[in-house]
Amino acid sequence: MSYRTQSLLWLLQRASAAVLAVCVAVHLFTIVYAVQGGLSAAEILARTRGSAGWLAFYSLFVAAATVHAPIGLRAVLGEWLGWRGRSRDLCLVVFAALLAWLGMRAVLGVFL
Amino acid sequence: MLRVRVWRGGAEGSFQDFEVPRHPSQTVLDVVTYIQRHLDPTLAYRYACRVGMCGSCAMMVNGVPRWTCRTHIDKVGEKLEIGPLRNLPVIRDLVTDMREFFDKWARAKGEFRGARTKSDDFARVQPQSPARTQADAGIECIGCGVCYAACDVVAWNPQYLGPAALNRAWTLVKDERDKAGIERLRAVAGDAGCHACHSHVSCTERCPKHLSPTAAIAGLKREVSKAVLRGEL
Repeated sequence: MSYRTQSLLWLLQRASAAVLAVCVAVHLFTIVYAVQGGLSAAEILARTRGSAGWLAFYSLFVAAATVHAPIGLRAVLGEWLGWRGRSRDLCLVVFAALLAWLGMRAVLGVFL
Repeated sequence: MLRVRVWRGGAEGSFQDFEVPRHPSQTVLDVVTYIQRHLDPTLAYRYACRVGMCGSCAMMVNGVPRWTCRTHIDKVGEKLEIGPLRNLPVIRDLVTDMREFFDKWARAKGEFRGARTKSDDFARVQPQSPARTQADAGIECIGCGVCYAACDVVAWNPQYLGPAALNRAWTLVKDERDKAGIERLRAVAGDAGCHACHSHVSCTERCPKHLSPTAAIAGLKREVSKAVLRGEL
C-alpha cells in the first residue's frame, strides 16, 4: 500500500470520527427523548417509515462507521497480532462491506 | 545499604541483587559505577559526561527510561531495579544496540539538505518567525533514546520510526533553508511514520530535555495531510 493511501486512510478515519461524533450524539439524544412516552416498535416505525430525513441521517451514520471501524481495526490487528500486509487489508475490505450491508439492511428495515 | 537489582545477560538473562552503600545526593549512575568498580567488574554499561549532556547513560530505572546520571536515588523510592533501555536489542547487561534507533533517523531523512553553497551568502532566518519557533522547540534533542524506550507504539510496531526520528524530521520540515520537502514528508508518512502515533504522550512525559515529540508528530500529520490533499504526496 502506498504512503499516499496510508495517509489518506488516516485522514478518512479522522473525518469519519468527526461525523460519528455528531451521529452518535443525535442517536443517543433521540433514544433518550423517544423513550419518554414508552418504547414500542410501532412508535419507532411511525417516526422512521417513509422519512427521507431519518433515512439520510442513518445512511450517513452507516457510511461513517463503515469507513471508521475497519481503519481502526487495521491498526489493532497490526499492533496486537502482528497481522500486516495484503491479507489483512483484503479481510478488512470484506469486513467493511459486511458493516455496510448489515447497516443499510437495518436502515432500510425501518424505512420501507 | 541500598538493595539494587541489575539486569545481567543479553535478551535472555535475569536480575542480579547487589548491596550498595547509601550516600547523600547519590545518582543511579553512581550506584551502577560502584557495582562495576567494587562488586563485579564484568558489569557492562555506558556513560560519558555524567552531567546530562551526552545522553549515553539512559537506562530503565524501576521500569521507566531515565538518564541515570540525572536521577537521584531519593527520587525513585526504596526499591531500585536497573535494566537496559526498552525497545532496543540488549548487547550485554545495561548496554543496548542503538543502531536501529539511529538508522531510523536516516530513514526519516533526518539529515539537513540545503540548497546553498559555500560561495553563497549566509541564509537570514528570522528567529521569531512561526516556522523557526516551531523548529527551535524540538532542536535540542541529543538522541539519548529515552523517548524511544518509553514509546508503546515502537514496542507494538517495530517498523515505527519512533518519536526522536520524527521529531528530528519535523525540525527540518520547519527549517526554511532545508529543501528535502515532499521527499521527507513521504519518508515520515504512513504506517511506519507519523500516522502510527497514538498520541499516548509517553515520549513527551519522559523526555529529559522537556521536548514534545508528540507535538512534532502532530505537526507532521498536518503537513502530510496538506500534501495529500494538494495531491503532492
